[in-house]
Amino acid sequence: MNIWLVMLLGGLVTFGMRFSLIYLFGRFQVPETMRRALHYVPPAVLSAIIAPELFLSDGVLNVSLGNTRLLAGLAAVLTAWFSRNTLVTILAGMAVLLALQYWM
Amino acid sequence: MFTLKNEKARQFWAGVRAELPLLVGVFPFGMIYGALALNAGLSKSAAQMMSSIVFAGSSQFVAAQLIHESAPGLVIVLTIVVVNLRHMLYSASLAPYLASLSTRWKTLLAYLLTDEAYAPTILHYERNGVQPFGHWFLLGAGLALWSTWQASTALGIFLGAAIPDSWSLDFALPLTFIAMVVPVLKGRPYVAAALSAGAVALLAHALPFKLGLILAALTGIAVGTALETRETRKGGAL
Repeated sequence: MNIWLVMLLGGLVTFGMRFSLIYLFGRFQVPETMRRALHYVPPAVLSAIIAPELFLSDGVLNVSLGNTRLLAGLAAVLTAWFSRNTLVTILAGMAVLLALQYWM
Repeated sequence: MFTLKNEKARQFWAGVRAELPLLVGVFPFGMIYGALALNAGLSKSAAQMMSSIVFAGSSQFVAAQLIHESAPGLVIVLTIVVVNLRHMLYSASLAPYLASLSTRWKTLLAYLLTDEAYAPTILHYERNGVQPFGHWFLLGAGLALWSTWQASTALGIFLGAAIPDSWSLDFALPLTFIAMVVPVLKGRPYVAAALSAGAVALLAHALPFKLGLILAALTGIAVGTALETRETRKGGAL
């Protein structure tokens, strides 16, 4: 699919969700289960993207000290935990990755 | 008429002012998006246009990552839907305050409805109730955010173009996701959701069309929701 078509569809559905209940006010209620489930969207989607980036090298599971992205990712997890700061986390992870790539 | 006009302006600028502190965090985030989207393989115009067509920060990061991985278009759209589902909650929560507006106003305000515009607006509405020109507050907050997001994306694209490939900047995207996910892990159900989603993503990695991602995300959401339901039942609270 063409990237512009993807963006257009992605934009349309996003707008549709924002518009939906403002427009349908009084005619539809968000079910409690869905309300609850939505809290888990960010950790689930983001972790599903992060895990293969860290643990797979060329599509193969690689849990070893030679996996620089895994080590840099773990450093970023620790940094995020203590700093709670996006920019600091990115900088720490990139610094560890570049340092490991340089020395290994 | 003079006072009506003043009231519109008063609500509008109150919205802009309430948005200002959030913009401090939004600006660097938009710059990071611009730089990383470019690095993920989007053209300059596509990276910029995504900020106005989709206009939803985290889903733009996720889409850029999936484009980088050459995921099929339909999977990217589906993922954008899942990531942005929460906007239906914002829509439901603001609806009573916008009920009397024309469809044209509702369309404009829905387009501007993001996390960062919703947060100060719902606080304002809950404090003041339904006001005749209350929608101008959301317009002010939304436009302040919109223009900041477009400008910061542009600056990020400009700076990102100067960063050489050898810096492995593609890895900054997963790092951004780590920075987003760690602070939301505020209890066992959240940790379980993250771990189960990550595990399924690894196990199902070989599935065609990147379906492993969708499967992993749905698993994580189901695990988190089920655990929370069990914990509330056991605890009896809430």
